[in-house]
Amino acid sequence: MTTTILPAELAERAQPAPFTHSADFTPRYWLFAAPAVLVVAGVIVFPWLFTLYMSTQDWKIGGGPEFVGLQNFAELFRDTRFIESMGHTLYFTVLAVVLPILFGTAAALVFHREFPFRGVLRTVFVMPMMATPVAVALVWTMMFHPQLGVLNYLLSLVGIGPQNWVYSPDTVIPTLILVEVWHWTPLVMLIVLGGLAGLPREPYESALIDGANDWHMFRHITLPLVWPFIMVAIVIRTIDALKAFDTIFVITQGGPGTASETLNIFLYLQAFQFYKIGYASAVVVIFFVIVIMLSLLLLYARQKSKWNA
Amino acid sequence: MKRLATKLGFYASLFVLVSPAVLVFLWMISLSFKNELDNTAFPPVFIPDPPTLKNYVDVFAQNNFALYLWNSVLVTGGAVLIGLAVGVPAGYGIARGKATKFAILILVARMTPALSYLIPLFLLFQMTGLVGTITALVITHLVITIPIIVWIMIGYFENIPMELEDAARIDGASSWQAFRHVALPLAMPGVTVGGILAFIFSWNNFIFSVVLGGKNSRTLPSAVYNSLTFEQISWGPLAAAALLVTLPVLLVTVLAQRQIVAGLSAGGLKDG
Repeated sequence: MTTTILPAELAERAQPAPFTHSADFTPRYWLFAAPAVLVVAGVIVFPWLFTLYMSTQDWKIGGGPEFVGLQNFAELFRDTRFIESMGHTLYFTVLAVVLPILFGTAAALVFHREFPFRGVLRTVFVMPMMATPVAVALVWTMMFHPQLGVLNYLLSLVGIGPQNWVYSPDTVIPTLILVEVWHWTPLVMLIVLGGLAGLPREPYESALIDGANDWHMFRHITLPLVWPFIMVAIVIRTIDALKAFDTIFVITQGGPGTASETLNIFLYLQAFQFYKIGYASAVVVIFFVIVIMLSLLLLYARQKSKWNA
Repeated sequence: MKRLATKLGFYASLFVLVSPAVLVFLWMISLSFKNELDNTAFPPVFIPDPPTLKNYVDVFAQNNFALYLWNSVLVTGGAVLIGLAVGVPAGYGIARGKATKFAILILVARMTPALSYLIPLFLLFQMTGLVGTITALVITHLVITIPIIVWIMIGYFENIPMELEDAARIDGASSWQAFRHVALPLAMPGVTVGGILAFIFSWNNFIFSVVLGGKNSRTLPSAVYNSLTFEQISWGPLAAAALLVTLPVLLVTVLAQRQIVAGLSAGGLKDG
């Protein structure tokens, strides 16, 4: 972390302080953060460090730890179930990022306009992402039922035969992606909508005078200007899709077989079904590295968008 | 003519965007008000006729639903209150002290999968005999509430001009008084936003209670999930329970949608 300097930090350091404060400037403010530092050290930093320690141990719940070095990691990369879960995660993540980004951006363009009942409809649109994932997942499970589910009935109305949804290895991941898209497209919409709200007017006025049509204006003015916000949405969505757990766990528990077992589900089963604490911790460490890299990317994108939280 | 076509296209896309959300929630409501016969009928019955409250009565009569509701209130309430008490001053300290590194740590904590905290905390609670207690769940839910509150408060305090606090201190106020009587009142909208989002993410959390909750300390989401696996699946009561679990969150969304939209487009991060 010491060698990584973010662009905004550099800029900050280069600027002279606008107001001269007394010498105890920083320590005085640290006191405000002290209780949080203690709690964060206990429930966040301690678990991280302990996980790192556990990942080097052969440890099952009930037994004691035994130091094995990097053997857990070596074993993981020979474990076909782990490799397959990486594949499932990649498949799931790519589509669970791309589709919400496309639909969410389109939705933001729609909700950016003025129309009757905009506030009400926006609230309805945002509801899926606020709803309790478990509750929603239970309803989706009932809707996917091959014989009695409402989705197969609706498909039959438009002449499409019954689908197996989450009951077939071929369709289970696309079906879970459907739920994920339903759930999280609103978050992308909100982020992009925030970007659209800050757009300047002048470029559009001069483009209109030059006779540009809607598509040209979107392609050459709107899209470049909101791109930083879309980038932020892409990074957040990627991290969230990697972490997806509740809906997958409730609807399929990784099944049928291991067809929808993502990294997170694999991790849960290793830890709390097979009680292989050391092995599961090694998965957490790998997960953690991926998430940190994506978080740094997010910070970078966030600074570029000059986005004030 | 062209204007009319554009307008029709616009409303068509609006319809396509909003209808999936509407359909799922309407179907949830429909299932919860129908008797078992109608719920398993094919072709499906869409409108409950006559609507029945039996499913809701069953939810309360056949399960410890009231107990789990109370557990959820305790866990979420405790984690949000402690989160605010600790997180709001921390947001102030980080924003004013320019503690960039601590801010980054909070952000990384925000992004890390919830499961990654669970193994060490589970072992810790097992050693201290806290597994299956409300206390263990409140402590664990701080992992959700503190990062979101701190992160949102940093943003709000950064946008409050420093000059007001400087003026107060020149008049002899202490740092605490400058925070308590000048900065905090101005940042109250942020406290509301942070509190609401922390409430929603904590209430919705499922996995912590699955692993750490005991038979009598479970929160609602994992209690409803358990009723699915361990009892005869019947759709009506299940849908009614699911609706009851998510109802508080949906009500807050409707009542505080302006704050939520502000918080999410600013903080932009959800819980995992």
